[in-house]
Amino acid sequence: MTAMIQIEIYRYNPEQNAEPYMQAFEVPIEKTGMKLLDALNYIKWNLDGTLTYRRSCGEGVCGSDGMNINGVNGLACITAIDGLKQPIKVRPLPSMEVIRDLVVDTTHFFDQYRQIKPWLQSKTPTPEHERLQTPEERAELDGAYECVMCGCCTTSCPSWWWNGDRFMGPAVLLQAGRWIKDSRDEATGERLDQLEDAFKLYRCHQIMNCMEACPKDLNPTAAINHIKRTLLNRKS
Amino acid sequence: MAYLSTDKVEHHFHDVVIIGAGGAGLRCALQLAEKGHRVAVVSKVLPTRSHTVAAQGGMNAALGNVSSDHWHWHMYDTIKGSDYLGDQDAIEYMCRAAPQLVRELEHQGVPFSRLDDGKIYQRPFGGQSREFGEGGQASRTCAAADRTGHAILHTMYQQNLKAGTHFYEEFFALDLITDENGCQGVMAWDIANGEYHLFQAKAVILATGGAGRIFKTTTNAHICTGDGGALTLDAGLPIEDMEFFQFHPTGIAYVGPLITEAVRGEGGYLENAEGERFMQRYAPTAKDLASRDVVSRAIAVEIKEGRGCGPNKDYVLLKLDHLGADLILEKLPNIHELALRFSGVDCTKEPIPVQPTAHYTMGGVPTNRFGEVVYTQSGDTDVVMPGLYAVGEGACVSVHGANRLGGNSLLEIIVFGRACGNQVMKRLKEHRYHPKLNPDCWQDGVARVDRWLDEHNQNGSCEPIAVLRDEMQSIMQTHFSVYRTDEVMSEGVEKIEDLASRMSKLIIEDKNKVFNTELIEALELENLMALARVTAAGALARKESRGAHARDDYPERDDEEWMKHTLGSILDNKVTLDYKKVRTRPMTVESFPPKKRVY
Repeated sequence: MTAMIQIEIYRYNPEQNAEPYMQAFEVPIEKTGMKLLDALNYIKWNLDGTLTYRRSCGEGVCGSDGMNINGVNGLACITAIDGLKQPIKVRPLPSMEVIRDLVVDTTHFFDQYRQIKPWLQSKTPTPEHERLQTPEERAELDGAYECVMCGCCTTSCPSWWWNGDRFMGPAVLLQAGRWIKDSRDEATGERLDQLEDAFKLYRCHQIMNCMEACPKDLNPTAAINHIKRTLLNRKS
Repeated sequence: MAYLSTDKVEHHFHDVVIIGAGGAGLRCALQLAEKGHRVAVVSKVLPTRSHTVAAQGGMNAALGNVSSDHWHWHMYDTIKGSDYLGDQDAIEYMCRAAPQLVRELEHQGVPFSRLDDGKIYQRPFGGQSREFGEGGQASRTCAAADRTGHAILHTMYQQNLKAGTHFYEEFFALDLITDENGCQGVMAWDIANGEYHLFQAKAVILATGGAGRIFKTTTNAHICTGDGGALTLDAGLPIEDMEFFQFHPTGIAYVGPLITEAVRGEGGYLENAEGERFMQRYAPTAKDLASRDVVSRAIAVEIKEGRGCGPNKDYVLLKLDHLGADLILEKLPNIHELALRFSGVDCTKEPIPVQPTAHYTMGGVPTNRFGEVVYTQSGDTDVVMPGLYAVGEGACVSVHGANRLGGNSLLEIIVFGRACGNQVMKRLKEHRYHPKLNPDCWQDGVARVDRWLDEHNQNGSCEPIAVLRDEMQSIMQTHFSVYRTDEVMSEGVEKIEDLASRMSKLIIEDKNKVFNTELIEALELENLMALARVTAAGALARKESRGAHARDDYPERDDEEWMKHTLGSILDNKVTLDYKKVRTRPMTVESFPPKKRVY
């Protein structure tokens, strides 16, 4: 007998259901090292073609399949079935509007990203060759540029749940911090001015869910603290 | 405005519509949006989910930051790597543009790794040499650790946010709108809302990426389904050189995720079950940094001759622990993570089990070096299809010929994304207004979706799409792998054609409109099937070994008969093949004539 996995999945189809519900599935373990995405694919391709979720690269770099797995946000494609308590409860990322099943509306999340002007700003003429940057200056960007924008951290943050309309949330602040730290960027002052706001930045109360949730082991809380300290140093 | 013979299709007017939001599509969009043109990027996924994000090792440019280098040497290596099937004018253009465009990426914010002097870090990659193969290994690949694709894709997305590009996210392209004046736009399906849209444009650019999902085990994302090639075939146009499919030597055994060539560039090497560093037998000079087709074939031979590792003796080992944990964590952190997650191996201590894995589509929609889609008419092989362009992996310029060099794909998307943007601007100067379309032109696109959503279309059978897709991928994997023979491929062609005839009997369970991903998988399967048919037929017909197309029964390259590109079409539901000459004349330098390829 093949060992079976018990999974319960959040289902909601706006064309059919007035209310969401949890549906149980049983999936055989097909290989060692099986990931949650493999189980979802098994269901979709063998048991229920209507199961709806996003996926693309399948190796944790595109950020498509962020979801809530046994109460913790993560990427299905790099979450191993081993070590998950069964029945595995799979829900959409919290606090975003559900479009269908595990698919959420990320429009506001990416709109907040746009608001921090996440591109290199520089007024000096571009040099003939590359801008020089020492390996140490470049190392400052490690832990920030790798973000895959999956939304796992932001949707785990209670401050964003309550004030997401105005609080930028950890993912976007991590990116804001990346441009503040980048030795090539010349808009640090404007970037700090934009963030110096009771909601945009200071709704972070160091709950640190973001750090726990990040599937790429990044630390948005530390990045937010760095922004706060930089603002403080600017005053003194 | 509203003159279409339906009210269920929303009609949009843009200067340019780009299908696909990977590196090529976004670089092209940027070129046009920065000049104030009204650019729509229509993508079936959110832009940062595009597969460019998974590129690891880097992007080639003869900057000479680490070793002496020149674009002309890069050009030689690329032509040799292509096994002389690459078009030399396009290759010259690409290699000359490379240094300037890498620096431009840096100016746009790409977080390249750095050398001690502050310049962009460059690493050695396979098939790279100095002084036309005489001066030893070059270090030509510009890298952001082993996440270069991620760094470039996100930077391109950021630059497009700045430039005000219009994004239509999670829209699936259904049908190209063509008439006697060329391509006028595209019909698309809004996945989230389940609605039809017609994007009319003065230029339509296919930037839809590769088709790795025709194979069972692939490094490619689920979304790499060759959509642009299928749209082109459906418009009655040919696609080029599909039989040349790159098997990357080092996919993680059994699962597929890529382990970058940068591992070998940084000093890693391959071992067989006897602990032998076998590449020195196959490529005495370049060893593990020979071209990808050479290394993949060597691994296949080792496995065939019983020197594979593991209980099934079906993989080899990629050893890198001798590089030290510090170097691995600084230069190859993503590899460390992937090996740990997908094969349970800590590569700072143990080797990684690897196999040749389907990786890159050298073929695609035929274009000239300006990105214009070309086809053959009354003997002229370079007739431009007005208004239709293609860039990136989904296109075939052809700069990769029969085998792509590592580090040339990120380069291609940036170089030709930009070049295509410039060419489109010329067209926009001449075409100021949107012409009136046939009021019924939306019908084919709508029919494509309706066929799947129709409640009554049961046909008496109920074969699910997943079963057929699985069969297709298995057939391609078994019959069109690293080594090919007439017998095995003939059987493969028969099976694929048989499978294709079963497509009309398929149904899907999900009949809803909102975010129907089963519908999307069905549409993608239609696209994959068309490409698999052309790939299979082209491979069977080519009776030689060249680059990634290696035949046991025709082990030699045959320049007299076969130094030509394959053009495959599907006309009246039949695959037909045609050929055209390789462009051997570069833009300004002397041609590199074919010679024996030794690494």
